[in-house]
Amino acid sequence: MIDQKEPLFSTKILRLFTNPINKGNPITVLILGVCSALAVTAKMKPAIVMAISVIVVTGFSSFIISLLRNTIPNRIRIIVQLVVVAALVILVDQVLRAYAYEVSKQLSVFVGLIITNCIIMGRIEAFALGNKPWPALVDGVGNGIGYGLILIVVAFFRELLGSGTLFGHQVIPENWYIANGGFYENNGLMILPPMALIMVGVIIWIQRSFNKQLIEK
Amino acid sequence: MNKNSNTYTFLYAAGLVVVVASALAIASIGLKKPQEKNIAIEKKSNILSTVGKGITGDEIKDKDAYIEAQYDKYIVESFIVNGHGERKEGNAFQIDMKEEYNKIKDIKQALEEEKKSALRKSLNLPVFIYKDDDARLKCIIPVYGAGLWGPLWGYLALNDDFNTVYGAIFDHKGETPGLGAEIATRAFAGQFVGKQIFDGRTFTSIKVVKGGAPKTDLHGVDAISGGTITSRGVEEMLHDCLNEYNTFFAKNKQ
Repeated sequence: MIDQKEPLFSTKILRLFTNPINKGNPITVLILGVCSALAVTAKMKPAIVMAISVIVVTGFSSFIISLLRNTIPNRIRIIVQLVVVAALVILVDQVLRAYAYEVSKQLSVFVGLIITNCIIMGRIEAFALGNKPWPALVDGVGNGIGYGLILIVVAFFRELLGSGTLFGHQVIPENWYIANGGFYENNGLMILPPMALIMVGVIIWIQRSFNKQLIEK
Repeated sequence: MNKNSNTYTFLYAAGLVVVVASALAIASIGLKKPQEKNIAIEKKSNILSTVGKGITGDEIKDKDAYIEAQYDKYIVESFIVNGHGERKEGNAFQIDMKEEYNKIKDIKQALEEEKKSALRKSLNLPVFIYKDDDARLKCIIPVYGAGLWGPLWGYLALNDDFNTVYGAIFDHKGETPGLGAEIATRAFAGQFVGKQIFDGRTFTSIKVVKGGAPKTDLHGVDAISGGTITSRGVEEMLHDCLNEYNTFFAKNKQ
C-alpha cells in the first residue's frame, strides 16, 4: 500500500514506474501478454502503435478502477473490470480506425484482443483495486511501457533481419542482395510468429544473465 | 447502503452499463465520418492502383486529397450491371462485394436454370471506367473470393477489347505472411498484365498454375509456392467473378 501523504514523484512511485521496465517486466519476467507480442512484431510501425494502445489501456483502466475501487461490489468485481477495459479498448480501436487506418488494418483483431491481455487484468487485480488512483495510473503506464519496450525491441530485429527495412525504409543496402549480385538475403523465418517467440526467449536469457536474482532456483 | 446487497449490485451494474454504453455510442457517432472517409479513400486508392495511378512513392504529402483528385480525374464513369449484362440503377461505388459474392456462390450451387437466371438478375456488379492519358477507355471490375484464412479481393483492369488484362491488384484479410500473403505483392499481381480471359470466344479465365505457367501461356500465371490454397482461391475468385461479367463483356465486345 502506498501511504496517504506521498509526494507525487516519491521514490516509491518512481519504483512503480521503473520496476515493470526491468525487474518486473510483464513479458520477460511475468510472461504475461506474450500472445500479442508474437503477433504484431513483424514490423516496427504496428508494434509501436500496439505499444501505445496498450499503455493507454493499462494506464486508464488502472486509474478508473482505482477511482471506483471503494464502490465496486465485490461479487461482480471482475465483470466491472472487464466492462471498463473493454470500453477503453473499443475506444482505442475506433480512434485508430479514424486516424491511423493503415496501421489499424495491420493490427486487425489484435487491438480488440487487448481486452484479454493478462497484463491489464493482472495489474487491476493486483494493484489498482488496493491503491489510490495516482499510483495505480503510474503502475499501469509503467507496465504498459514494459510491455511496449519488449515489443519494439523484438520488432526492430524482426523487421531488420526479416525485411531489411525499418519503419518501411530500406536499411540494408540494395546491392547486398543476391538478386542484385550481392551475398545477402532476408531471413524469411523472421517474419513468421515462431521467430518472435525465440526472440523473446533470447531477451529473457540476456536479461537474466545480467540480473542474477531473476533466475529461479 | 450495504455494498453486498443484491439491490446495490444490480443498481451498480445497470448504472455502469448505461454510462459505458453512452460513452461508446458518442465515440462511435463522433468518429464515424473519418472512418467512412478512410474506407472510401482506400477503395479509390485500390481502384487507381489497378491502372498504376495510385500512390507510388513517399513524396506525396496529402495522400487523401491526391487520391480524391486522381479518382475524379481518371475514373470517368461507374455503373452497375447484373449477371445478364444489363445495366442497373445504383451507385457502383457503394456495392458491397461480399453480398454479391454470396449470390455468386448461390448461382454456382443452384441446379435449375430458372433459379440461376433469377439470381443473376439480382446481381449488382460494379464497373468502373478509367480513361487514360491517351483517352483510351479501360474497364475496372472488382473480384471477391475466399482464401485459406479469410476473404480475398482485388480489382482487374481490362483493355477495351474486354479480354486482355491491363492491370490487377489483390489483397487479403489474413493469409499467411510470406506465403499466401504474397498475392498482395506487385510481383504476383504484375504477372497478370497482358494475360487474356477469353480464348477466341470461349471464356477461360486465368489459371494460377502450381509449378509455374509457361511464358507463352496467355491464360495462366505462376502460383505461389507454399501458398497453394491461397493460389487456388485466387484462381477460383477470378473464374467465378469474371464468369458473371461474361455476358456484359460479350455484349460490349463487338
